[in-house]
Parts: sequence; C-alpha cells; structure tokens
Amino acid sequence: MRFFADQLILGLTDGAIFALVALGYTMVYGIIELINFAHGDIFTVGGFIGLTLIGILGLQHAPPALLIPGVIVVFLVAMSLNGLLGVAIERVAYRPLRNAPRLAPLITAVGISFILEGILFLLKGPNQISYPNLLPGGNLNLGFASIGIGNIFIILIALGLMIALNQFIQRTRIGRAMRATAQDRDAARLMGININRTIAITFFIGSGLAAAGGIIYGFAYQTIDFSLGFRNGLIAFTAAVFGGIGNVVGAAIGGFIIGIIIDFVGGYFQGGQQWSDVVVFSILIMVLVFRPTGLLGMRVPEK
Amino acid sequence: MSQRTGTPPAVGNRKPSRLGRLGRAQNIPYLLLGIALLLFPILDSNRSQIDVAAFAGVWVLLALGLNIVVGYAGLLDLGYAAFFAIGSYAFAILASGQFNIHISFWILLFASAFIAAMFGVLLGAPTLRLRGDYLAIVTLGFGEIVPRVFRNLTPITGGVNGIVGVDQPKLPAVFGWSGNFGFNPIPYYYLILGVIVLCLFLINNLRNSRLGRAWMAIREDEVAAAATGINTVTTKLLAFALGASFSGFAGTYYASKLFIVSPESFSFQAVSVVVLVMVVLGGMGSMRGVIVGALLIYFIQSYVLIQLPGWIVSATTALNIDFLTKLDIGSYVQRSNFLIFGIILAGIMLLRPQGLLPSAQRKVELEGGTSDEAVADLGSA
Repeated sequence: MRFFADQLILGLTDGAIFALVALGYTMVYGIIELINFAHGDIFTVGGFIGLTLIGILGLQHAPPALLIPGVIVVFLVAMSLNGLLGVAIERVAYRPLRNAPRLAPLITAVGISFILEGILFLLKGPNQISYPNLLPGGNLNLGFASIGIGNIFIILIALGLMIALNQFIQRTRIGRAMRATAQDRDAARLMGININRTIAITFFIGSGLAAAGGIIYGFAYQTIDFSLGFRNGLIAFTAAVFGGIGNVVGAAIGGFIIGIIIDFVGGYFQGGQQWSDVVVFSILIMVLVFRPTGLLGMRVPEK
Repeated sequence: MSQRTGTPPAVGNRKPSRLGRLGRAQNIPYLLLGIALLLFPILDSNRSQIDVAAFAGVWVLLALGLNIVVGYAGLLDLGYAAFFAIGSYAFAILASGQFNIHISFWILLFASAFIAAMFGVLLGAPTLRLRGDYLAIVTLGFGEIVPRVFRNLTPITGGVNGIVGVDQPKLPAVFGWSGNFGFNPIPYYYLILGVIVLCLFLINNLRNSRLGRAWMAIREDEVAAAATGINTVTTKLLAFALGASFSGFAGTYYASKLFIVSPESFSFQAVSVVVLVMVVLGGMGSMRGVIVGALLIYFIQSYVLIQLPGWIVSATTALNIDFLTKLDIGSYVQRSNFLIFGIILAGIMLLRPQGLLPSAQRKVELEGGTSDEAVADLGSA
C-alpha cells in the first residue's frame, strides 16, 4: 500500500508537469492544426529562465518570509517571458506558412525545436545543471502513506493553473474568441475577431504554461539540461493525444494518466524504467491508430 | 494553318530514345562526374579520404530513400532511423559471433532490406490512413521505440554495448585481390557506388511510372488523387516500404563497414533529423538536390565542424588576437550542429521551400508554367 501510494504521488507529480506541457500542444493544435514540435524545447527554455531568475533574485538564500513572494515573482516573470518567446516564434516561423502545404510548417517546427535546443546547448553546455528546490520539504504522514509536501505543492500549482486556464477559455471574451477561431477561422474573422491576435495569445498562454512546467520540473528533479524538451515534449504530446487533441480538459487528464502509467511501469516491473518510454510511445501509436480522437476529443475532418 | 502543321516534328523531338538522351551535351557533366567517381580511389592514394567517401555513400542512400517518402509521396517520416537500425541489427545478428551465425553479406544485403521494408509495412498499414501530421508523430514514436528496444533486449542485441565483430563481405578472388573486404575502404567505396547507381536507376524509372505519378498526385492533393481512382493507402504504403528498404540496404552496409552496431547510433538527433535536413536542403523530390544535400551536410558534419575549431585557433594565434583565443570559440563551433540543422530546416522552409536544387518538374509546378498536355493538344489539332 505504501509503495502504491508512493508511485501514485510520483505519477501525479510527473503528470502535473506533462499536463502543463500538453496544454500548450493541444491549444495550438486546436487553433491552427499544427503540431508545435518546438513546444518541448519551449518548456526547457522556460525552466532555464526560471533558474536564471532564481539566481538573480538570490532565492536559494532568501529568508522564508521572502521566499513565497519570490517564487511567485519567478513564476510570473518566467511565464511572461516564455510566453513572449512563443509569440515571437509564431510570428516569425509559423505565421508566414499558415497557408502553405501542411508539411512546411511541420518541418519548420522541427527546425525551431533544433534552433532552441542548439542555443541552449551553446549557452549551457551538454551537462546537467543543478536546480534548487524552493518548495517546502518534509512529509505529510497519513498513516498508510507519507506524502512529500513539495509534491502536494506541485500538484496544487498545476491544478490551479489548469482551472484558471479553463475559466479563462470559458468565461472571458478572449477565451471565447479562441474557441471561435478554433471552430471556424473564417467565420470568426467575419464576426470581427482579430485572428492573428487570438493565435498570438494562444501561443502566449501555451508557452507560459510550459514555463511553469519547466520550473516545476526543476523543483521536482533538481536538475535541468538542454535536451530535456525532446523526450518530455514527446511524452506530453502523447498525453495531449491521449486526452483528445484540441481538448484542454482532455490534455490535463491525459497528462496525469500518462504520468501515473510511467511511474507504475517504472516502479512495478523489473527493469521497468528502461521500458516505460517504450510503453508510452506504444500508447501514442495505439491511440492514434485505434482512437485518434482520444478520450474526449472530437472528430477533426480531413482538410 | 501551315504554321500548325509545322508543330508535330517539334512534338516528336520531345521524346528522344534513351541512348540519344545520354549523348546530349547537357549530360556531359554527368558523364565526367561518373568517370571521376570511378577513378577517384585509383587517383587518390589517401585511404582515409576514400573511407570518408565510403561513409558518405551511406548518407546519400538514406537521403535517396527518405526522398521517396517525403519528397515524392509527401509523407513526413520522422522515424527513418528506425528502419536503418532494423537493417543494421538484422545483419549484425545474422552475420556475427553473437549467435555464431554467419550468413553471406550478399544474401543479407537484400534480406535485411526486405526485413526493413516489412517493418515499414507493419507500421505503415494501420497508420498511413491517418492525417499527415499524425503520421509524423507516429513515425517519431516508432523511431524512439526501436533503438530503446534494441538497447533493452540485451540477450539478443548485446544491449548498450551492441554487437561487436560484424562480418565483412567477401567476393571471389580476382586480379590478385583476395576478395576480402576487411578494413580496406576501396571495395566498400565501389560497393556503395554500385548500390547508389542501382538505386538511382530504380528511382528514376519509378518516378516516371504510374506509381511515381500516383505518389506526386497524392502529395499535391490526396482527396483529388483518391477521386481519380488511386488507392491512396496502397500507394503510400509502397512509398513507405520502398523508403524503408533503402534504409535497410544502408543499414547492412553501415554495420559491416563500421564492424559494430550500437543503439546510440540510431537516435532521432543522429540520423532521422540529419537525413531530413539533407532532403529538405537539397530539395524535396529532386534526386540531384538530395544527393548534393546529403554530401553537403555530411561534409559539414564530418569535416567542417571538426576542423573549424583548429582553424580558428591557428588563425587567432597567428593574428595574435588574444581575447578571441580566450573565448574558446572552438568548443562553441563543435556544439553548433543542432543550431545549424535547425536554421537550415526553418530557413529553407521559410525562404526557399523547393530547396537548393529543385527538380525541373517541381519548379515548373511551383512557377505555374505550361504543361506538356497543352503542347500535345496543339500538335494534334
């Protein structure tokens, strides 16, 4: 029971990270039908921005009273900066190709992914860099299991961001514009929606959430490196597909499920950690083959 | 009216016989190039350069294979390394001390290409009906699964260490040459040259066949192609399988030339993207372009990026620019291949999507020039 609970908490923590990244994939796909390959690397960049901000503010040595506002500032600034990066990428690389054959923006996205990874590689080198964990330590003992307080914080931060996002999309004017653009771009334009601005906002939010995911990853694993985005991005994309690509709630659920699957395969099977990626990518292929709409997705017509 | 009767001979000139075409002035550069390629190992006594050329051939072959999938059929395959790995491992398992099986290289060259093609069909059959961008992700996932499986199945594949001591090809002894390939790069060079020429003939004929035209129809508009009676799934599957078989060919050759196979040499970053960069840079759908792209990227990767730090160091010390020496630019240059690949992929797509050397047909399509049919109509009128 204790082991089960440990794996579950671990899975939910990983799942929170995957879900935050998966949201960006699913939002962008929902609105312009592009698999934003660079999104995994945007996640890594966000983690590095967070690390730099922590260093600038000197938060590792900050007194506890300043720690909480400090961490909030780090999250907000890193998410905004990363959001602007996402907007810039969309403006420079994807917008000119919006009406090009499908292959063109997809290949460009692979290129952007390599450019981001290349820049991080040049600036930060090939090695793992240690990341401070600013979340409170200690365990919460429940009798049948003891849960890390840091893990609880991670899951709560992620859930908070997801609920905020969902409210934003469902309740605000911009959120409604995003939904309308995803449904029918031309009709939305005729209704007076500024398409370019709406798509830019989508990239801003998606990349911002990825930054939150990157910082949380740093806190959870206390390490970061330039190539993190490829594997984690592909897993997060699996989560988005699993939940139903284009569906925000689906991506969140998919993220948690994939996180739990990874840690259960890794924990319960002999040498399972070597196989957990194989299991996840097999799930990706299976879902795409047998149920491309995922858990909650709607059928997307071939255009 | 009399002007019109003058046109049929011009139409007749459009299709000269194959031999006639070979003698045309525009083909002389190609003939010279062919002679140069044949004589290269004889004129150049530097074995390491022949060795480089023999490895470059692997990448040309891979790029030609991926070009069928991406360039002709318009399917983005991001897991091309998987088939390369399957070809390599199929050969290494069946021709090494691993299980003490030693089947002849010449049989396995085709057998492992066939095995790779079968895996292509196995993956493609359920997934090729998916939308194009989903296919890219499925192949990417497959490309990640295969090397991990090879790394984890230690009893069969040797795990992380791979299989060391893969067999070399043998031929009957001729002209005082023992027929053993061993570590001599010259026979390897001729072998890969021969395989590439064979593949070029194959692709050239396929491209102009019914199948080749069906590929391009699907690339341009899949719905319209299906409406004209093309079985799109079978046609795409053939492209996929054929591309995979090229990769299998290349894998067998690569394993035997390198003497070992290991799971690390088949990652997304090391193979799949590199081959994609070659195809995109040279020009998707252009055989000439793809070959040039492959050679260019291979040259940058295996020569420029390795030599450049040394050049910079000697240049900065010669010019006595101290602060540049301290900056250690060399280590940055060696780490810049990801950045270079990314810039090529995004830059080409944004600025010159047809690539450096686009095929004539593709160029005409993109520029919207007159089609052959219009000329033929004029002639028959």
